[in-house]
Amino acid sequence: MTLLQDSPATRKPPGLLAATLVVLRKDLLIEWRTRARLNALVFFAISTLLLFSFALGANTTALRQHAAGYFWLAIIFASILSLSESFRIEGENHALEGLKLAAIDARAVFIGKALGNTVLLWGLGIVLAPLSIAVFDLKVKMSLWALFGIIGIGSMAISAAGTFYSAIASNARARDVLLPILLFPVLVPVIISSVGATALIFEGDPMGQMRSWTGMLGVLNVIYWALGLVLFPRITEDI
Amino acid sequence: MPNWLANALLILPAGLLIAICFKRDLIEIGWKVMAVQAAIMLPVAAYLGLVWAPPEREMGDVYRIIYAHVPQVWMALLGVTLNFGCSLAYLMKKSWTADALAEASAEVGLYFGIVGVTLGAIWGKPTWGVYWTWDPRLTSAAVMLIYYTGYLAMRRFTENPDTRATWSAALGTFGIVIPVTVYFSVVWMKSLHQVQSTPKTVDPQMVFALRWAACAFLCLLITFTYQRYKVARAALAREVAPPEALSGPPPSSNDVAKVAV
Repeated sequence: MTLLQDSPATRKPPGLLAATLVVLRKDLLIEWRTRARLNALVFFAISTLLLFSFALGANTTALRQHAAGYFWLAIIFASILSLSESFRIEGENHALEGLKLAAIDARAVFIGKALGNTVLLWGLGIVLAPLSIAVFDLKVKMSLWALFGIIGIGSMAISAAGTFYSAIASNARARDVLLPILLFPVLVPVIISSVGATALIFEGDPMGQMRSWTGMLGVLNVIYWALGLVLFPRITEDI
Repeated sequence: MPNWLANALLILPAGLLIAICFKRDLIEIGWKVMAVQAAIMLPVAAYLGLVWAPPEREMGDVYRIIYAHVPQVWMALLGVTLNFGCSLAYLMKKSWTADALAEASAEVGLYFGIVGVTLGAIWGKPTWGVYWTWDPRLTSAAVMLIYYTGYLAMRRFTENPDTRATWSAALGTFGIVIPVTVYFSVVWMKSLHQVQSTPKTVDPQMVFALRWAACAFLCLLITFTYQRYKVARAALAREVAPPEALSGPPPSSNDVAKVAV
């Protein structure tokens, strides 16, 4: 009897949460085995940060003033690499076909992949933050934990929208051009609010503006995740 | 000029839009009516805006560009909102009409958006002292133009009509965040651009001229969108047409035999 219950024919397909965890585990495992993407991301982001200082020259005051902006731009540029890679690996050996044929909810694929991207970008942000503080000579007026929290919420918003657009762009022609064109306009509110919140962490928050920036980031997260959850199953049908 | 006349002008385009919901064929005559109405109203709109309307207290005659700038940006927002509606309709019920109309409305909306933003920049120079400033309204409008350019680029980069329709419907639905941001940016954030005016705060003559111009551009929007829709339908028909539909005689079994020999 137990043998019959365990046989593949009678096994129940996993629920949304279980399937999400499987997809997340798969993505993180692939990343962990090579660690190629994280290494590339970190070095790409560092060189972007350095390029900003080269472009502005040795004006330390200006660099310090706009450090929050450079920090987030480095993360956003790196996210393009990370997001397109997250669907490129599914193209190898028709892995996406297998994922679609598996008896799991397509939304689980979205949540799993978006969470995987969030973890990567968050990790990148955590590595990049102390580096930016050192390179741009910043002082953290609020706590470092708040900074990591903001990086986390910002990464979630970038990953939700990014995973959605990357699914489309990675299967179209000229995918490297398409992803930034589609993604950057949608990310503008995320950039504005994350940079606003991060600048407050570096410069202090005497006017109590932090709540409005984090509130905006929260609302953007709700919008992007909800739209992604609703629309993602439809776009993967046609890939 | 009585206010009812300005409202009466809207009867034709609004009536047409309601009527085609019930009887599709009406658009074939309707778009010609719209084209004629636009052709008559646009020169009058130019007269009303440039000569008839009084000068503004602060800006003098410079403000007159408002009669071209504001209606065109309205039409751009209307175009992308229509794109959102068609995208949603496609996702709910797969229809080629919705797909073709979504493509048409995005392109026409983008056209009006580019012209509207350019006119705004021209107006910005004498009033703000600069053509462009990184203000929330202007930035969000520029972002909207880039997004819908990307939308149209994605359509060109995808060959399979089914895939293209689904993806662009998803993009159009996701993209509604942007026009909403453009419209409310002046309310949500501190902006150099003035907030929306109401007829109560504006001279009745200016209101009339603005409504007249808006109605003229609405007729133009309907004409353009319908023409672009026909082009999109024709392109779609060519793409999904079986080879038999190509010109020339259909291949017979003899031809196949000859090739085989």
